Amino acid sequence: MKIACLIKQVPDTETRIRIKPDRSGIEESDIKYIVSPYCEFAVEEALRVKEKAGGGEATVISLGPDRVVEAIRTALAMGIDKGIHIDSEGKSFDSYATAVVLANVLRDRGFDMILCGKQAIDGDNGQVGPMIAELLDIPQVMIIERLELTADKKGVTATRRVAGGGKEVYEISFPALFGCEKGLNVPRYASLPGIMKAKTKPIEKLKSSDLLNGALPLVQWANYQLPPERMAGKKIEGDLAYQAHELVRLLREEAKVI
Amino acid sequence: MGLCQQPAKKLVTHTELVDRSQEERLYSMANYDLTPEQEMLRRTVRDFAEAEIKPVRAQLDEKEEFSYDLVKKMGELGLFGMTVSPEYGGQGVDYLTYCIAVEELARVDGCQAATVAAENSLGIGPLYNFGNEHQKRKFLPDLCSGKKLWGFGLTEADAGSDAQNSKTRAELKNGKWVINGSKIFITNSASKITAGITVQAVTGAGSEGRKEISCIIVESGTPGFTAKEMHRKLTWRSSNTGELYFDNVTVPEENLLGPRGGGFKQMMTTLDSGRLGIAAMGLGGAQGAFEAALDYAKQRKAFGKPISQFQVNAFKLADCALEIEAARNLLYKACWLKDQGRPFGKEAAMAKLYTSEVFHRVANHCVQLHGGYGLMEEYPAAKFYRDQKLLEIGEGTSEIQRIVISRYLGC
Repeated sequence: MKIACLIKQVPDTETRIRIKPDRSGIEESDIKYIVSPYCEFAVEEALRVKEKAGGGEATVISLGPDRVVEAIRTALAMGIDKGIHIDSEGKSFDSYATAVVLANVLRDRGFDMILCGKQAIDGDNGQVGPMIAELLDIPQVMIIERLELTADKKGVTATRRVAGGGKEVYEISFPALFGCEKGLNVPRYASLPGIMKAKTKPIEKLKSSDLLNGALPLVQWANYQLPPERMAGKKIEGDLAYQAHELVRLLREEAKVI
Repeated sequence: MGLCQQPAKKLVTHTELVDRSQEERLYSMANYDLTPEQEMLRRTVRDFAEAEIKPVRAQLDEKEEFSYDLVKKMGELGLFGMTVSPEYGGQGVDYLTYCIAVEELARVDGCQAATVAAENSLGIGPLYNFGNEHQKRKFLPDLCSGKKLWGFGLTEADAGSDAQNSKTRAELKNGKWVINGSKIFITNSASKITAGITVQAVTGAGSEGRKEISCIIVESGTPGFTAKEMHRKLTWRSSNTGELYFDNVTVPEENLLGPRGGGFKQMMTTLDSGRLGIAAMGLGGAQGAFEAALDYAKQRKAFGKPISQFQVNAFKLADCALEIEAARNLLYKACWLKDQGRPFGKEAAMAKLYTSEVFHRVANHCVQLHGGYGLMEEYPAAKFYRDQKLLEIGEGTSEIQRIVISRYLGC
């Protein structure tokens, strides 16, 4: 069984985001980076599937500048067998260009299962996974909260939650792509023996320019700005009947949500 | 790291990367970069401490409860037997890496850091450094995995700094050691998973009027040996501290650790290295208390603005940051000396003394900045304040450290 995990390195959620003076992006100089939490679920799930299948090989793949090697290393220390770092060579990638590059890496490598997060917590687009599946012409299930290997180990049963408390259960044969949701598993810590072992695990180095095949980003970033400051709350005083009446009025006239 | 200069599709192993960075190091006078592995371990232990220890530290502390669950998890992380060769189940890393792990634990909870530091330095250290092949193979694998713990019985009710005054005696009778006496304040010695202890005992009269002191292995469950948990502690309340009693405890002659009469030297060597771990606890504790103080000072408002903006408080915080930085540099240098195989005793004593005193000052500022809340256990300030005190007493008091340093100066 060959498993691929796609991971993205994102700013730590505790980072104070600052916009570049020309508003073309965010200041990256003093940001602390982490592996996006949904990607960690993908890494953990790859390890669990491998353990349950009693063997196989898991590869972690990330697109980005040199710093993403740190994220790859973390996955290797958790137990992934090898890594592929695709150098972004100083360029910005939108979801489409990212998907093209990753699909071109994944194609012809014979992966049975491709795991990614349901979305990365920086852009929160949630597009790359489905786009890759489309480009590779393989099935995908996003936002899965349960994954069970079938008895013949040639496919899985994947469960995803849908609105209204319902669940969708998919039975899918490999190859297929899955986007991982919180609750799927609890990622393990990179243990010290794992960290030491990761030192000798190989990282293949690719260039994104070799993998775009002429594709260009479809999105351009014109103007970054911080979300507006949260406004102070409004407290409605008075008797209950008045409060209810006033609340409905404000929701309708001011907030315009009903 | 030079990764980007690699041609496409060439496989680069991390070992090659690390080797290259170490090679580059030789050409620089001072290099403050940690290795990628040290950085990753710091992150892992920090995440672990934040997620697994922080939510339970106050409760464990209040109940004086030793957490077997956390010991198991820290064992799985590889935090026991860190500097021991993989041949015996250890991790084979250097002292700086070990100290970084201890520092990160202590940043969140001195008690769990104590379990790890005491186990590595005092429990596992003497067995690994002075044990024979049979002893190492028998005990180390379970200790290095964290399945079992081990204590080092040194201090007695009437013999702390004055270790020569130990009363516990071991007599060799018919090929067996018969041990009588007691020990006190022994970390990790009275848990349910303690496999045994190394006891320092007087085994005869030495030269020049000094006692002959030797170390002997006593396994848990040996008849006549009892280990009792000590409670009502001011400090390190969720670490395991034991009082040990030896009533005609009889063990085979081969339980002697190293040569007969080597106990005093073994203790001094053990404590030299142990000081690095204790210093890491002081550093990590100071860091944790500082972060708590800074967070609080930025949030708490008085007279219409955050109290961090009053110079009287801002200067305290600046002093804390300064001293922590100096303490970290001192400790890391001491570790570096040890890892290079150079003499490090003076620097280890300095680091132990300085970090514990920095922690004392930082914890004091932390409580002061918290005002009345600093006196309540709802905030971590109070626990940092209580926990720091041990570090000026345990594994050689601050006074003893000054003696050690002054002797290096020829005083």
